[in-house]
Amino acid sequence: MKIAEIEKSIVEDFGLFDEWEEKYQYIIELGQKLPVLDEKYKVDENRVKGCQSSVWLHAYAMNGNVFFEADSDSTFVKGEIGLLINVLSGQPAKDVVETDLEFIDKIGLRQHIAVTRANGLASMIKQMKLYALGLTSKESV
Amino acid sequence: MGELKSLSIVPFDVQTVREDFPVLKSKVYGKSLVYFDNAATSQKPQVVIDKLVDYYSNYNANIHRGVHFLSQKASNEFDEVRNIVRDFIHAKSEREIVFVRGTTEGINLIASTFGRQNIKAGDEILISAMEHHSNIVPWQMLCEEKGALLKVIPMNEKGELILDKFHSALNEKTKLISIVHTSNSLGTVNPLKQIIEAAHQRNIPVVVDAAQGIVHSDINVQELNCDFLVFSGHKVFSPTGIGVLFGKTELLEAMPPYQGGGEMISSVSFEKTTYNEIPYKFEAGTPNIADVIGMGAGLNYFSAIDRVGARVYEKELVEYAQEKLSEIDGLRIIGTANEKASVVSFIIEGLNAMDVGMYLDTMGIAVRTGQHCTEPVMNYFNIPGTIRASFLFYNTFEEIDALVTGVKKAILLLKK
Repeated sequence: MKIAEIEKSIVEDFGLFDEWEEKYQYIIELGQKLPVLDEKYKVDENRVKGCQSSVWLHAYAMNGNVFFEADSDSTFVKGEIGLLINVLSGQPAKDVVETDLEFIDKIGLRQHIAVTRANGLASMIKQMKLYALGLTSKESV
Repeated sequence: MGELKSLSIVPFDVQTVREDFPVLKSKVYGKSLVYFDNAATSQKPQVVIDKLVDYYSNYNANIHRGVHFLSQKASNEFDEVRNIVRDFIHAKSEREIVFVRGTTEGINLIASTFGRQNIKAGDEILISAMEHHSNIVPWQMLCEEKGALLKVIPMNEKGELILDKFHSALNEKTKLISIVHTSNSLGTVNPLKQIIEAAHQRNIPVVVDAAQGIVHSDINVQELNCDFLVFSGHKVFSPTGIGVLFGKTELLEAMPPYQGGGEMISSVSFEKTTYNEIPYKFEAGTPNIADVIGMGAGLNYFSAIDRVGARVYEKELVEYAQEKLSEIDGLRIIGTANEKASVVSFIIEGLNAMDVGMYLDTMGIAVRTGQHCTEPVMNYFNIPGTIRASFLFYNTFEEIDALVTGVKKAILLLKK
């Protein structure tokens, strides 16, 4: 599925919940379902800067597509990463670089998270896009 | 606190005081607001909100130099607040009351004026291990500028200052002590009288950060005999952006001015400016007129309620909360001093504090999570941060029950 299609389906999923409490619980579950990141990737160079919680992001490329794995000491942040991974992992690097990730506003996430966490989320997205950008240029060499 | 109990004959009437605070009727995500972030800021009673609206609606004007009716009315209201503050903290004179933006500006003012004038290379400034960043950084900056040394009174694992270490830290190089009245992250109430007495035996002036203490204790600057004391209006039912620096007359008079501008001068020429008297010497520019007037209403409100009853009631709230929270498996209370204000900081084993705080928010419960601007305290306890619930007299036992249920649900949800 393309990024826009996955985003649309996430927005539909979140539309099922009336209350922020339900959305929070759903995000927590996504975090709990996120595959475990190998300990060897939990190193400083994989740490996302600008997050109040500890977040490690590991990325790799295959056939022009970029893949992400991540972990955090916060279950909620893991849930946010889970959402981003669902949308971005396995996608063409170029698409990852170019997407606006409109679903984040559409599901009402930003209005509920504290400023520090919103900055953290922005840092995560930036880091994923930077990886994608770096990997595309590397692959093309 | 035993003596307080015997003074309070009638039970504190929480339902009546709740009526004074309109925000307490708010719904958050359709649920009744439970406001437990009082150590960050207190809610405002209707009388304070009305006072601000009245000022802006009926007599907004710049003060002190206007000949017209509105200016005189505003000036009178403004000036009266200095007397209200004087009485509230039992200062000798309203000349000892300087209006500042808040605790942070108050401390910075002392560091920039008294500090710059009196601290020399090799001198020592003493603070405690539980200071808020605003009572650390201004002194670090001063020490860096002057080549002085910042020393720290350590605490024990209950979050109490180790007084022996305080006494042994005092020496002929100690030139200033700046210490928190009540810790914002631990709730500890420090034995200031003892500390100030020991300091004065060596002629060391003492600054008291009463940002939290102002709302939980009866502050009497003459009895305490502190040399400076600072607090923010917003923690004591008043607007944001206004606070108070108290300083003893002789100290304020000897200090150089803080900022230059209008109001703080008595005459200006291009060759020479002479400064105004205290406290105006420290109040350059148009002051925060509206919020000063609002603070007058806030402090009057607080003075008019049953304060002894309120303190007893807050003590009962915090004891109830600590008892109920302690029963939860894996929960640890950080800050268990014998003398403690109505603040409970806690961590839950294996859980991220902000995740818990966010879950409580979904239930309409407002707590604070993180380091609470006391990173060294968190480092001492070797924790990344805490969940902090802080209570005032308008909170209820039912709200604490809701917090306890919320924490239990958060654990079930997050510990999968």
